[in-house]
Amino acid sequence: MSRGFKGGVILPAGKAVQNLAIDFMPQPQTVFLSLSQYSGKSSRPEVKAGALVRVGDLVAAPEGKQSVGVHASIQGRVREIAPHPHARLGKSLCCVIDAVEGGEGEIIREKIRYDRMTASELRTALRDMGVVGMGGAGFPTGLKLSPSPDKTVDTLIINGCESEPMVSADRRLMIEYPMGVIEGARIFQKTIDARRLVVAIPDHERTIAEIFKKEGVEIRSLPWKFPMGSEKQLIRAVLNRTVPRGGLPWDAGCIVQNVATCYAGFQAVCFRKPVIERVITVAGDGVKESKNLMVRIGTAAHEIISYCGGYVATPAMVIFGGLMTGYAQPTDRTPVAKETIAILVLAKRPETREWPCVRCAHCVDVCPMGLMPSEIYHRIAFRDYPGAEVLGLADCLECGSCSYVCPSRIPLVHYFRYGKAELKEGIPV
Amino acid sequence: MNGLLSVSTPPYIRSRHAFNRVVWVVATALVPAFIYGMMIFGIRALLVAVFSILACVGSEALVQASRRQKITIADGSAFLTGFLLALNLPPAVPLWLPVIGGFFAIVIVKQLFGGLGHNLFNPALAARAFLLISCPGPMTTSWIPPSGGSLSGLDSITGATPLTILKNPFLYGDPASVFSRFNGWPVFRNIFFGNIGGCIGETSALFLLVGGLFLLVIGITDYRIVVGYFAGFALLALLLLNRVNLGINLFSGGLILGALFMAPDWVTSPVTKNGRWLFGAGCGVLTVLLRRWGAYPEGVTFAILTMNMLTPLLDRLTRERIFGSRKELRK
Repeated sequence: MSRGFKGGVILPAGKAVQNLAIDFMPQPQTVFLSLSQYSGKSSRPEVKAGALVRVGDLVAAPEGKQSVGVHASIQGRVREIAPHPHARLGKSLCCVIDAVEGGEGEIIREKIRYDRMTASELRTALRDMGVVGMGGAGFPTGLKLSPSPDKTVDTLIINGCESEPMVSADRRLMIEYPMGVIEGARIFQKTIDARRLVVAIPDHERTIAEIFKKEGVEIRSLPWKFPMGSEKQLIRAVLNRTVPRGGLPWDAGCIVQNVATCYAGFQAVCFRKPVIERVITVAGDGVKESKNLMVRIGTAAHEIISYCGGYVATPAMVIFGGLMTGYAQPTDRTPVAKETIAILVLAKRPETREWPCVRCAHCVDVCPMGLMPSEIYHRIAFRDYPGAEVLGLADCLECGSCSYVCPSRIPLVHYFRYGKAELKEGIPV
Repeated sequence: MNGLLSVSTPPYIRSRHAFNRVVWVVATALVPAFIYGMMIFGIRALLVAVFSILACVGSEALVQASRRQKITIADGSAFLTGFLLALNLPPAVPLWLPVIGGFFAIVIVKQLFGGLGHNLFNPALAARAFLLISCPGPMTTSWIPPSGGSLSGLDSITGATPLTILKNPFLYGDPASVFSRFNGWPVFRNIFFGNIGGCIGETSALFLLVGGLFLLVIGITDYRIVVGYFAGFALLALLLLNRVNLGINLFSGGLILGALFMAPDWVTSPVTKNGRWLFGAGCGVLTVLLRRWGAYPEGVTFAILTMNMLTPLLDRLTRERIFGSRKELRK
C-alpha cells in the first residue's frame, strides 16, 4: 500500500523516549530570544533595554517577507539586545529577558472561530504570531502557505514522520494534543484551499492512526526509514509525485507542514497565542533523565539539562536537533529556538578514525537523491567544485545517510557543505 | 559545565560496518572453505596460506615504511589479500610461489597504484594471473588428490580438476565416460561438497556458499554483482557449454569463489547500481567464453580482471539518476 522512496537507511531506534508524556518545564529565569530568521532579514527590535514585557508581547517585528514576529516567552525586564549563541549560526542578535517577580505569565484567551477568516487574514495571523516551520527548518509558515498563483495545490501533507532516532516531540503532540494538531492542519488546508489533507506517520504508530482516523483525517502509514521526514522523499512516498530538480513542493501540487507547526498554527489562529514554547526531546547517554519537554523559547540548554537531572559525566557533545542532521554546540548556553526539535547529550565523541574511500558504493545505495556521494567527494577533495556541481552537489539534502553507512568513516556531509560554500562564494582556488 | 564541547559536522552516529571490522568479517566468512581445504589437502594448505599472508602483510609494511607512511597493516586489508591469494593457489605449490605472489599483489598491484582503495585490479587475482603466466608449471600441476580419493578414481590423473577433464577430452577421454564411472549424482555431490582436486579454497561449493550468502545477507557483498555473475554465466553456458555438465561447470573451479568473493571486491567493481549489474554479467559471460575457447581450463580469474579494467568505464557510462531529474522522471 504505502510506497517508499529509493535509498535511505534504517537507523537504530535508540533509547526509548517516545513513550514519556510531555513534561512542562517551569519557566526559566532568563530567556534569549534570537531575532534571526530563516534566511531573510533579522526581525526589528521593538523594545529597549530596561523595558518591562508580559508573556506574548511583541519584542521584535517582522522585517521583510521572510520574517516573522518574535514574542516574549516570559514576563520580565529586557536586559539587553546583544549577540548570543545560536544553534545554527554560531551567534545571533538576541533579546535577553530576565524574569521579574509577579508570577508566571500565561495567555488564556477565548477561542476564535477561524472559518470566517480569509486566507490572507490567516497568513497575517500566522506571521504576526511568529509561526515558522518547527520541524527543523524554521521557514515562515505563512510564506510557505503562499504558493505562487500559477501553481495548483490540491494536497496538504502533514509530516508526522520523525525519522531521527530518539526524537519524539511530534509523536507526543499527536498522541497528547491530537485535536490541536488536526485543527491546525485544517487551518492550513483552508489557507491554501487544498482539496485533500493527508497526515503521514510511520507505520508502527497504530495508536496515532486510530486517533486521527476517528476524527476523519486521512492517514498514510509509511515504512520507518530515514530520511522519510524529508519533503521530497515524503511527497514521493505519499502521493507518488516527484518534485522536479531545483523545484519546490508546490511544483508537485502539494505543500508539506510539520506536526508541531500545525499545533503552533492552531494556537496562533484560534487563541492569538504567539509561539512562545514548544515540545523538545531531551535524550542521549550523557544526560541523566530523558524527557519530552514543553519549554519556553529562548531557554538555554544548560538549564534544560539541569532540569533533566544534569549531566551523567562531563559531556562530549551537546547537539541541537537529531543525530543525523543536528548541530553540535560548542557551549551548552545555546538557547532553544522555534525550530529546535531536540537537545541530545552524548557522553562520548563519535570515533573520528578514517580510512581511504574503498569504493564500496554503500553511499550510492543509500542516497535518497540518487547521487553518487563517493564520486562527488572525490571531486571536492581535489577541489574540482564545478565537477561536483555537475554530479548534482546542489541536490544533496545533507541528510547524512552516506556518512552514516560509510565504512571508511569519511565525513561526506562535511565535504559537501564545504563544496557548496566554495561554489556559492566562488573563491578562486 | 565549563570548557568547550566537541563540535563536528553531522551525523553523530555511524553504522556498525567500520572498514576494519568488515575486513575481518569477510576473512571469517572464508574460514569454513579454508578449513575444508586443509582437511582434504592436508597441512600443506595451511603452509601456503601462512606464507602468502606473511608475504602480503610484510610487503605492505615494507612499502609503507620505505615511503615513511603510516603503517596500516592492522586494518587487515593486506591479510585478506594474502588469504584470498592462498585460496586461489593449488595446494602443492612450492612455498616461494605464494611469497612472490603476495609481494606482487601488494607492491605492484596495490601500493604502486596508490594503496588501499586506489588499485585497478583485484590484488589477489592479479597475483594469481601473474603466477599463472610466469610459472605455469607449478601453477597447473600442483594438485593434490583430496584425501577422500580423487574424482576420477584413477591414479594417472591424480587430483586433476573436473574442469581439466572437461577441457582435455583427448587426455582423459570423453568427460561423459570419465564422469560416468561414478553415477551422475555422486560426481556432482563430490563437486558440490568439494571432494575434488582444485585450488585450496575453491573446491567446496557448499562452504563457499555458506560464507558468501552470509556476506550477502549482512549487506557487505552486493547482490547485483553476484546475481549478475551467475545469471550471465548460466545463460551463456546453456548455449555454449555442454548442458549436461552445467552443474559441474557451475560448482567446480573458481566460479563460486570468484562470484561471491572476488568479483564483488569493493575497490575494483563499479559504484553505480547498473554498473554493478553489467560488471557481474560481464564476468559471467567472459568466464564462459574463456572456459570454452581459452587456453586454460579455468576462466574466472581473467574474466574478473578484464572486467576490473572496464570498471572506470562502466562507472562513467552508468551514472545514477538524480531524484527529480528528467531522466529519472522518464523511467
